[in-house]
Amino acid sequence: MKVIVDQNKCVASGQCVLSAPEVFDQRAEDGIVVLRAETPPEGLADDVRQAVALCPAQAIWVEEQEDEQ
Amino acid sequence: MSTFSAPGTDAPSAQVPDYPMTRAARCPFDPPPALHTLQDQAPISRVRLWDGSTPWLVTRYDDVRALLADPRISSESNLPHYPHLSPAQKERRRQSRTFINMDDPEHARLRRMVTATFSIRQVEALRPAIQKIVDGLIDTMLAGPKPVDLVQAFALPVPSLVICELLGVPYADHDFFQANSKILIKRTSTVEQAWVATQKLLEYLDRQIGVKLAHPADDVLSTLAERVRAGELSRREAAGMGMLLLTAGHETTANMIALGTLALLQNPDQLDRLRESDDPKTVASAVEELLRYLSIVHSGRRRVALADIEVGGVTIRTGEGVVLANDVANRDPDAFPAPDQLDIDRNPRHHVAFGFGVHQCLGQPLARVELQVVYSTLYRRIPTLKLAMDLDEIPFKHDGNVYGVYELPVTW
Repeated sequence: MKVIVDQNKCVASGQCVLSAPEVFDQRAEDGIVVLRAETPPEGLADDVRQAVALCPAQAIWVEEQEDEQ
Repeated sequence: MSTFSAPGTDAPSAQVPDYPMTRAARCPFDPPPALHTLQDQAPISRVRLWDGSTPWLVTRYDDVRALLADPRISSESNLPHYPHLSPAQKERRRQSRTFINMDDPEHARLRRMVTATFSIRQVEALRPAIQKIVDGLIDTMLAGPKPVDLVQAFALPVPSLVICELLGVPYADHDFFQANSKILIKRTSTVEQAWVATQKLLEYLDRQIGVKLAHPADDVLSTLAERVRAGELSRREAAGMGMLLLTAGHETTANMIALGTLALLQNPDQLDRLRESDDPKTVASAVEELLRYLSIVHSGRRRVALADIEVGGVTIRTGEGVVLANDVANRDPDAFPAPDQLDIDRNPRHHVAFGFGVHQCLGQPLARVELQVVYSTLYRRIPTLKLAMDLDEIPFKHDGNVYGVYELPVTW
C-alpha cells in the first residue's frame, strides 16, 4: 500500500494521527499532516484505511500495490 | 416521492414544517421524532426557520457527510439565503465573521493560524494538567455540601479553566464571559441582547490582545497578537477569533460532561462497564459513542449551495440554503446499527458530531482528551454518584443552539 497526502487540503483535524500514529504526524507549526511512512507494513493497512475514511478534508489516498498482491 | 416538497417547487406550501423541531417529552436524549420521520420518508425536504425562510433540511448520514465535504457547498454567512441559526447568531456573525463562516482559501489561511495548539501532540501534552484540574474540582466537591449542581461545580469549570490557560485569558473573568456567551447561544435572545453581548466580548478580547502585544506569553492570544503586529490580522479579526475559541471552547465540552453524565446514570450497565475498565481504548470509545448519541450541536450545520446539486432525488438550486442535520444523521440506522442504543463498545468514530468537511471542529482533539479524563475519573472517584432530582424535573436546553442541561443536581 502506498499512502499519499495533500498538505494543501489538510485542515489539521488530527483524525489520521488518532487512526494510525505510526504512519501520520502533524507539523509543529500548524498541525498539518506529515507522512511518516509512505509504504506502511500490511499490518497497519486497516488503520490507514480508517484514516482515509475519517479525514474530513479528504486529504489522504492510498494506492494498493500489486507486489503486496 | 416527498410529501413535503418536490424538486423545483419554489413556493413553500403550508406543509413545510418548522425547524428546529421539538423532542419527545420522555426522550430527552433522542432527536425530535419528526426528524426521524423526515429521515425515513423525505430525507431531503424543505423546513421553515425562525425568519420564515425555507432552506433544505438533509437528514440521512450519507447525504449529510457527502454535502459537508462538497466544495459546491459554502459556509459564507454573508450570502443572501444563508440559513442563520437564530436572531442572536445572525447579529453575532454580522459583527464578527470568523473563518467558520468563510470558504477557502480565506478559511484555510485563518484557521491555520490557530491549528498548532490543537494538534494531537500538543493536546496530549496537556493531559496531566487536565487531570490535575479534574481531580482538584472533584476534591472540592467531595469536601463541600451535597447535593451539588454538577454543571456549576464541575462541568463548566473543567473546559473553562483549560481554554483560559490555552488562550491566556484570566479565569477570574469567567462569570463575565460565560454570561455573555450564554446569551449568544440561546435561540430566544433578541438582536439587541446579542449586539450588546458581542460588543462586550469583542471589547474584552481586544483588551486581552492589547495585553499580549505589550507582554507576549506562550498562549494562543499572544500568537494572534503576533499576527496583528505582522499585519496579517486586524485587531478586530484577532479579537473575533479569540472570542470564537473562548466561547466554543467551554460551552460544548461543558454540555458533553453534564449531559454525558446524565446519560450514563440512565444507562447503569454502560456506566459500570466504563467505570470498571482500565483500558484507555474503552474510555476513548465511550467518548466517541457519547458524542454520537448525544450530538449536542443539535441545530444542524448551516450552508448555502454554490451550484445546482443533485442529491437523493432532489435538486438543490444555486443560492439556496441548506441545513445538515448532524444530530439525526448520527442516529441513521444505515450508518449505526440500533442507533438509539447507547453502546460504548461500538466503534462509531465515523460520527458527524464534530461536523465533516473542511470546517470539522478545530478543537476536537482537546474536547476528546478533556472528556476522556473526565469520564475515566469522575465515576471512579465518586462511584455512588446519583441524581438528586427526578429526571422529569431536570431543565434541558431545548432553547439552546447547543443542547445540554442548565443544572444537574447530584449527590453520592
